[in-house]
Amino acid sequence: MDTALYMEKSHKKRKKISVGMAVVYIILIFWAVLTIFPFAWVIINSFKPSAEVLRSSFSLPQEFTMMNYENAFGKLNVLNAYKNSFLISGCVTLGVMILASLMSFGLTRYRFKGKELIRSLIVASLMFPAFATIIPVYKMIIQWGFLGKPIAVILPQIAGNLSFATIVMTGFMQSIPIEMEEAAYMEGANVFQVFARIIVPLCRPSLATVAIFSFLWSYNDLFVQKIMIAGHKQYYPVCTLLEEISSQYGTDFGLMAASVTIIVIPVMIVYVLLQKNIIKGLTAGAVKG
Amino acid sequence: MLYKKKWPLFLFLVPGLLFLLIFLYIPFVENIKNSFYDMASVVKMPGQEFKFIGIDNYKRLLTDPDVRSALVNTLKMMVLTVIFEVGIAFVLAVMVSQVKKFQQLFRTVYFFPVVISATAIGLLFKLFYNYNGGMLNQILERFGHEPVLWLGPDLAFIMICIPTLWSYIGFYFVILLTGLSDIPDDIYEAASIDGCSKFKQVFYITLPSLKPVFFTSVTLAVTGALKVFDLPWVLAPNGAPQGLTHFLGTYMYQTAYGLNNYDYASTQALLIVVLGVVVSKGVGALTADKEEKAERKAKKAREKAAKTMKKEAA
Repeated sequence: MDTALYMEKSHKKRKKISVGMAVVYIILIFWAVLTIFPFAWVIINSFKPSAEVLRSSFSLPQEFTMMNYENAFGKLNVLNAYKNSFLISGCVTLGVMILASLMSFGLTRYRFKGKELIRSLIVASLMFPAFATIIPVYKMIIQWGFLGKPIAVILPQIAGNLSFATIVMTGFMQSIPIEMEEAAYMEGANVFQVFARIIVPLCRPSLATVAIFSFLWSYNDLFVQKIMIAGHKQYYPVCTLLEEISSQYGTDFGLMAASVTIIVIPVMIVYVLLQKNIIKGLTAGAVKG
Repeated sequence: MLYKKKWPLFLFLVPGLLFLLIFLYIPFVENIKNSFYDMASVVKMPGQEFKFIGIDNYKRLLTDPDVRSALVNTLKMMVLTVIFEVGIAFVLAVMVSQVKKFQQLFRTVYFFPVVISATAIGLLFKLFYNYNGGMLNQILERFGHEPVLWLGPDLAFIMICIPTLWSYIGFYFVILLTGLSDIPDDIYEAASIDGCSKFKQVFYITLPSLKPVFFTSVTLAVTGALKVFDLPWVLAPNGAPQGLTHFLGTYMYQTAYGLNNYDYASTQALLIVVLGVVVSKGVGALTADKEEKAERKAKKAREKAAKTMKKEAA
């Protein structure tokens, strides 16, 4: 509110516009610092021995140590957790992309009875939180003998992301003009060729969106991971391992800081490289959905 | 012509629909059924039958003090998300839309916590809140104050809310900023020619034109507050201390996987669903104004008229 008032003042006195802008910049920079500070703090402290983190967490490391990282990689097998996470989230992403583009193709290109029903069923399923399906799904996973294996996480997560992905992709496919497909048909292409050679390549932007949010939601989703893999350490993905670190090694500050850093850094690198796509991917459908 | 032959349609629709059927719709219905039975275990032993207990779980839900406190925490969280997440995001978005330099940089920085898992953020804040040598207590001690028990009964709830709210502001910031950039510049120009101050412009132009975007943001914020699980669970497992920091999601998890009371947990999960539907409808009703309502009514009337005309024609 203050800034808005300030903008009003600065508007009246044109000379002071730069002052008003300066205040806006100060507030924006303040928030940026508030956003970055926790991450910077944890990265700096990951290079200190635990005792030093407890004593002076605001200074740069007095003696630079990699001990926490040696501990993290040695004791906790972080690399293995990465491998599991990439396997799980990679399969989820691939599964969602394939199933969602097939469904959207069927829903946008064919006319049939019950199409509206299927569409509204898909929209309705967005209202089912994981809490409301997890117990029966857990039962099935046990009955199938999948409990504690990566597939126990993959299957429910594919289903959990599929509805939203289909909605995003249907919206995009509807905007692709049908002429090219008709032309391909005249040339003798069948439906499957049209789908694979024309539709899928044209849908690349929305496939990227779907890939990004499926991967991140799957990677970050502790709830399903925790229930489906609990106790099977060799298959722990990153989040489950982190949660275990926090409950077991909660007093080893250096190790905790190193673990958080190990988890944050790769995401940070990918984020910096693909930020525009990621921001678009995660807010997709929110504005015009 | 290409799509005249219907049989390939099955190949396109069936795999996805099967997934939704097996992992969403059937479990959802089964979850409702479960809430009326006394489940001794998740998987029935051979020959075992679960006892039908009617609405016992629902009765219990209404009188359970832990459910009440989890519900209150969840509702409080909803209010806080609207005020702080959407509120701060709006202020930041308006400011960023005014500046010319570094817009992209601010976007990138503010959004960053959204991509980091809540588990990692929880662990990070655990380091801040620790009683012995946590960051906050180090600051207090430096200024000669006594250390504070940040995750103790008095402060725990608010200390869990802070990182939850902080980490998602960037999300609403981007949504609102996109909405702001869709408002055409000439409206503002016309307003300032007419002598409307920037402050008034925010009230009379920005807020009304952003209404649909606000609606989406608020809906996402309140339904998101219903689903919080990871962060509270990492910061205060099992609603520590004394179950005071339980949210509906964490309490449901504890009931199912801590206490193995699966049927009661199913009932709690249903409460979450019902609450989700109610609040998102509520937000819709609150934000739809008279014009929209009138328009919708008119549309319905037109449709009805068209239908009757069709019938008569037939």
